[in-house]
This record gives sequence, C-alpha cells and structure tokens, in this order.
Amino acid sequence: MNLLNKFAPLRPQLEALSAAGRNPFAVNFDEIVSATEGILEGRRTILLGTNNYLGLTFDAECMAASCEATQRQGTGTTGSRVANGSYAAHRDLEAELAAFFGRRHAMVFSTGYQANLGMLSTLVGRGDHLILDADSHASIYDGARLGYAEVIRFRHNSPEDLAKRLKRLKHSDGGKLVVVEGIYSMRGDVAPLAEIAAVAREGGAALMVDEAHSMGVLGARGRGLAEAIDVEAQVDFIVGTFSKSLGSVGGFCVADADDFDLLRLVCRPYMFTASLPPAVIASTRQALSRMAADSGLRARLMSNARRFSEGLSRLGFYVGAEVSPVISVTLDSRELAVGFWNALLDAGVYLNLALPPATPSDKPLLRASVSAAHSLEQIDTAIAAFGRIGTSLGLLWPRDAVLNQAS
Amino acid sequence: MPILMPVSNQRDRIRARVVDGLAEVSQRPATGIADDAHILRDLQIDSLAVMNLILALEEEFDISIPLERVADVVTVQDLVDTIASLIQEPGQ
Repeated sequence: MNLLNKFAPLRPQLEALSAAGRNPFAVNFDEIVSATEGILEGRRTILLGTNNYLGLTFDAECMAASCEATQRQGTGTTGSRVANGSYAAHRDLEAELAAFFGRRHAMVFSTGYQANLGMLSTLVGRGDHLILDADSHASIYDGARLGYAEVIRFRHNSPEDLAKRLKRLKHSDGGKLVVVEGIYSMRGDVAPLAEIAAVAREGGAALMVDEAHSMGVLGARGRGLAEAIDVEAQVDFIVGTFSKSLGSVGGFCVADADDFDLLRLVCRPYMFTASLPPAVIASTRQALSRMAADSGLRARLMSNARRFSEGLSRLGFYVGAEVSPVISVTLDSRELAVGFWNALLDAGVYLNLALPPATPSDKPLLRASVSAAHSLEQIDTAIAAFGRIGTSLGLLWPRDAVLNQAS
Repeated sequence: MPILMPVSNQRDRIRARVVDGLAEVSQRPATGIADDAHILRDLQIDSLAVMNLILALEEEFDISIPLERVADVVTVQDLVDTIASLIQEPGQ
C-alpha cells in the first residue's frame, strides 16, 4: 500500500499548472543578490513578492551583527531553551521586543508559524472558545487545531458577525479569545480593529492581533495596526514575525498578562524545538533597533506602495482602495493568472501566484509585496510589465497602456 | 434563539436550505442532490466554497458550527444533522 496514493490526483493538476512554463510552487533562484533582486534562469529579476518590507535582509549592520555573533557564539544552539538554556542574546531580544511594544512580557519562538501554534494552542484549552476571522493565515488555523478549545469562525473583517458569535456564547463559562490580523497577507486589507476590539470587550473575550505583515509597516513607531489606530490598550496579545520587516526568521508574542512567564513551562511549540541561532538573534536585534529609530524606512515603503498601487490603478487594474505594501490583482481564471505570472517572470518580475483555496475568494491572485528598498526604476519597470502583459492578454484597453506610458 | 417548530418540519426546512445552497454552489439541480451524497467528492465542491456556504447557513440558523464538527461533515445528511443538533443545543 502506497501511503502517498491519496495525493496522486494532485499530479495532473501540478502538471497542468506547470505546462504554461514553470511550477509556481517551486521557483528556483540561481542567486539572491540584494533585498530586491535575484537571478532567475540566468536573468536579473526584481523581487516583488518576498515580504521584505523594509529591505533589511542586506542591511550592512544587520549582516555584520550576524557574522560577529557566529564568530563569537557559533552556528547554532543545538536544542531548545528549556534543554540547552537561553543565551544572553535571546533574553536581550525579548527585553527589547517588550520595550519596543511597551509591554511587560515578550516570548520568542523559532518561527512566526510556531508563535501562532504556541500561543493559540496554549492560551485557550478545553472548555474555552477560539474565535477566528475566516480569512486567517494557515498558522492561526493550525494553532487552533493543535489545541483543545472549540474553534469558530466569523466573517472576514465583520465586527457584526463577531458580535453575533460572541452573543451565542454568552452562557459559556470558559475563556474566549478573538484572533485577527493587522494586515491580511493575501489582499493587503486591514482589520477594522477599533470595532473588533470594542465587540470583543463587550463579549468578554480577550483579543490577539497578528501583526506579521503590519509590524514595521503601520504605526508611527512601526508597532503595527494597533498603534496606527490607537487601540493598543485594547489588545491583550500581539504576535508577529521576524521574517518580514526584520529580515530574518523567528516569531514572538508580547503581552502585559500576569503569569505570562509560566507559558514557558506549558507551551509545547516553544519548549520542544531548537531555539534561534546566534546569527539570527543578532541580526533581528539590529533590525529592530534600526526599524525603531528610522521612520524614513516606513515613509519610503509607503511611498513605493503608493507609486505601485497608483501605477496599476492607472493601467486599469483594480487594486483596492487602501494603500498597503501588499498589492493584489484578482484575475478571473486560473489559466489567465498562470499565464500572467509566467509572462511577468519572463519580463524579470517575480511575485506570488496565489490560487484557490489559498485565496480569500474563488479567484486567483497575483500578489505583490513592495519594499522600502525598491528603487523608483524597479517599481516603474514592474508597472510597465503589468501594462504590456495585461494588454497582450486582452485585460486592458491598449489606449490605457499607451496613456500610462506617455505619462 | 430557539426555533419553536416541530422537529420534523424543522429538519425539512434545514434540509431544503442545505440542498439549495449546495445546488447553487455546485451548479446542479437540487433534485439531483441525495442525502447520502459526499459533499466534496460527489458534488465536486471545493473546501473553500463549503466553508463559505457554512458561514451563510450559520447566519441563517443563528448558530456557530465549531470547526471540529465541520471536519466530521462528509455527506449532505451529516450537514443537516449537525445544524439540527446545534439548533437543539442550549446556548446556541
């Protein structure tokens, strides 16, 4: 008996997807040469889909900090913090994260995915309820499955539906935790957080916000959506990642809750995995410090996002009203999306092809993420490629593309 | 809010609504949807469409179906039974 037989129906689907050119699930870069450029099939390619919002992966000081940490402390910790102990830098990073967010406690995980697995499976348990936005990231759904709480979903970004769900639970004695994201990763839309926070409070639920895509992006100091709309006091737990704005890998949770430190004794995705190596901790600390000190990074990011979003909009693509570094174009069919994505790669522009069911609707998306490190020329090159390809695929009136190029 | 009507009528109403929803999503006639049809396999509805239909059914019947119970739903009958049992449960 072949245990993998159940996956066999995926083979023809993958082959059909790849027939148009490349396997969208396995893009192989020859080399990554900067925060915004890689070499793919021997060609210089603009990286417009890597969530490198602040472009700090090639920051000279972050790289130097990583190298020095490796020289001094070695390449890895070879185990968990429970078994092998914490390095001073693990504790320093936690103290710096707590200070950055103005919270009493911080806990670092080895990936952002594990931060959600850990917090969601531990904060609520049997008899409790976890109430998730329906468009939540896979790590939130998986964290929910790992624990024992009863899990219910509310309609994406609908405080009204959340209120109904909480009302139905009013006779439940257990704890309740509502989970939303700052910026949703597929379409770049933000949560109506003030309204959601009010509804959660009214319904007696704690509130967790995943700021993975909004940390370093939103808020005067880059603390995310909760800071941007001044509702931090109503948010009980913030989770996030180091793998986007901070340019490394890892995840965290910050909170003011009493006894937060006891989670280190019960949170399995924290306890039973190797801790982050010194090089990662060192670059993350340096990136956090730079992000906190340099608001110019965020200004450049938003300016680039606006330029790209307005450029696509002028061409005739619908990109949504909110300007966010995540900019998605919805296409009508899988064939069209795959063809468009391959043509963009041929033109030296890499972004994400997102296909249902990984998309919020039943339509495929071309998902771009803009960086502060993109040059204006890179942004304009990408816009021009969208215009040429959109026209050749019959998605845009040719005169619109001509007008755009003339402007 | 409890729906005060005889259980059999209520079940018929739930079934009618579930079948209508599945017919719409799968673009096939409601008359061709049997109680023992497998929602994903026989009706060839993708999981995302099922989850969206469930959001609509939850709203209509004023219930929340916990995800672990959604995972147990395989056939049309399973979905009808799940909704019916949640309407009966206190606190829903």
